[in-house]
Amino acid sequence: MLIDVQNLRSHFFLDEGVLKAVDDVSFSIEEKETVALVGESGCGKTIVALSFLDLIPSPGRVVGGRILLEGEDLRAMSATQMRRVRGRQIGLIFQEPGAALNPVQTVGGQVADVLKLHRALTRHEARAEAVKLLGDVGIADPERWAGAYPFELSGGMQQRALIATAIAGRPKLLIADEPTTALDPTVQAEILDLLRHLQDEHDMALLLITHDIGVVAEMADRMMVMYTGKILETGDVRSLFKDARHPYTQGLLGSVPQLGAGRDDPLRGIPGAVPDFLELPRGCTFHPRCDLAEDVCLSSFPPIRGIAPNRSCACHMVA
Amino acid sequence: MTALAGGALLSITDLKTHFRFGGRWVGTAGSVRAVDGVTLSINPGEVLGLVGESGSGKTTLGRSILRLIEPTDGSIEFDGIDVRGLSAVEMRGLRKRMQVVFQDPYQSLSPRMQIGQIIAEPLRLHRIVPETQVEDRVIELLGKVGMEPYFRHRYPHEMSGGQRQRIAIARALSLEPDFIVADEPVSALDASVRAQILNVLLALQRSEGITLLLISHDLAVVERVADRIAVMYKGKIVEVTDAHRLVDRPLHPYTQALVSAVPSGVPGQSRPRVVLPTDTSSPTASAQGCPFAPRCAEAQPICRAATPHLQRKDSAHEVACHVR
Repeated sequence: MLIDVQNLRSHFFLDEGVLKAVDDVSFSIEEKETVALVGESGCGKTIVALSFLDLIPSPGRVVGGRILLEGEDLRAMSATQMRRVRGRQIGLIFQEPGAALNPVQTVGGQVADVLKLHRALTRHEARAEAVKLLGDVGIADPERWAGAYPFELSGGMQQRALIATAIAGRPKLLIADEPTTALDPTVQAEILDLLRHLQDEHDMALLLITHDIGVVAEMADRMMVMYTGKILETGDVRSLFKDARHPYTQGLLGSVPQLGAGRDDPLRGIPGAVPDFLELPRGCTFHPRCDLAEDVCLSSFPPIRGIAPNRSCACHMVA
Repeated sequence: MTALAGGALLSITDLKTHFRFGGRWVGTAGSVRAVDGVTLSINPGEVLGLVGESGSGKTTLGRSILRLIEPTDGSIEFDGIDVRGLSAVEMRGLRKRMQVVFQDPYQSLSPRMQIGQIIAEPLRLHRIVPETQVEDRVIELLGKVGMEPYFRHRYPHEMSGGQRQRIAIARALSLEPDFIVADEPVSALDASVRAQILNVLLALQRSEGITLLLISHDLAVVERVADRIAVMYKGKIVEVTDAHRLVDRPLHPYTQALVSAVPSGVPGQSRPRVVLPTDTSSPTASAQGCPFAPRCAEAQPICRAATPHLQRKDSAHEVACHVR
């Protein structure tokens, strides 16, 4: 087991109250595995990723649980130890590559910095290796682009450059937070292909954080569905797509039309809207939007429990 | 044009919208040809999907049709009216019949007005109903988009994105338009809410007989709701045909790449992918040749020399490509 997250809780302490962005989340990731963390905007999925690397902005912080990386608790690490985890053990890429790259440093320089820090290369070696890495991530003519600034690159090329910085330290886990959301469809497909290829080549595990069901189907081995800071359902992607059990997962899968399929099916959404974190419904937070809700759903949040091999679900109404 | 060109509600011919920029320094002036010679028609009651990547000009085209951005050249004919020939006053009259729903319901609703005022404003402005009936009409419109009457006393900030987009639709409907441009109407919404809003829009489109231009980057959504789809690339329409046909049998190399790039939605299964080389030409580059030629695997010398025009391949399929 590469990553073992146990009862993770990350809260934001606001004037209006405590916002429980991650509320008792447990999961694991095996080596070389691709796991998707799926949910709509504001469900807490990005905060899970930031919890791993101690990057939650104030007034938020991890308040409970353990995050074990090959048995070592990331939460117990000193700031110095954490710096060695970031980039070397766990790489991170974001939705907006333009915002994640340093605008006043060349992209080659940014990759070389990671190489100097984590792989102890000399300036000269780092420069050569940075050009090679930019080529590996599919930037044509990397020698030329290594000297370019981020603003000179298209969105797709920026994401490639960001991926190069993230894999430069040869991490065992790459966390990709909505890596293709800001990109055009044709570029999105290229970046997904690239991630898959790099994952094979470098034996990396991938934690893919996304709202895009299509991306999950294409990329992931397993998926976890998150809503209001909690995981509602987990399972291997094939079985979960075929037979989703949680009403929210069913609704989410049904909400997204797939190209060239189900043409005569009506578009089904989920009634209502994602609730505000500071005004969460009592009991199961999904109950106001749920067709199956009964009294018990108003009184307690259902614990997540195994329902089949490799499948778990947090719903009072699912046997 | 389409088989029903004679009966089209909207016909645009060789429409161009160019943005000029710069000029203070030698060599810095130029123009971006956001819409560059678009010919397209929409039949009454039809839903026409307009897809394309960011920067392809689809939003500019939608706004140019309504003259929210003044086109540079070409003609727009709406129900027999020469839209570009209208004065500002005449245009205001026509806007009753041509409405728009924008992508971002956080920016398109005034934060200082109650929902009731937002919906009532066009009713009052265009004197659609006597003042005594305005409130009843607002309640009726709220009902049409699935909202309770009490929402008229709320402010936009008290509402979710989906609710706001319902309000934007109610406002567009208030003037009983014949034609609505919906520009990425669900892109800013959560997946679980998108379907609700699309269903509201489509149900009203059918019940009120509205003609809809649906602009979106999401081909899967457009395929599900549009009758026909037009594909835009760098300011030009490169392919137009029936929605399902465009997905099943795309002809233009760009459309083929676009379709192949959409995730299959089936675990472990990818569509055979058409990979495009990156286009490094600037948006201000020369107008000569096919706009897609720099990324096209099948480009011939003629593709760089002459711009292909939309040509009918059969009764329902038009494509702008020299090699097809």
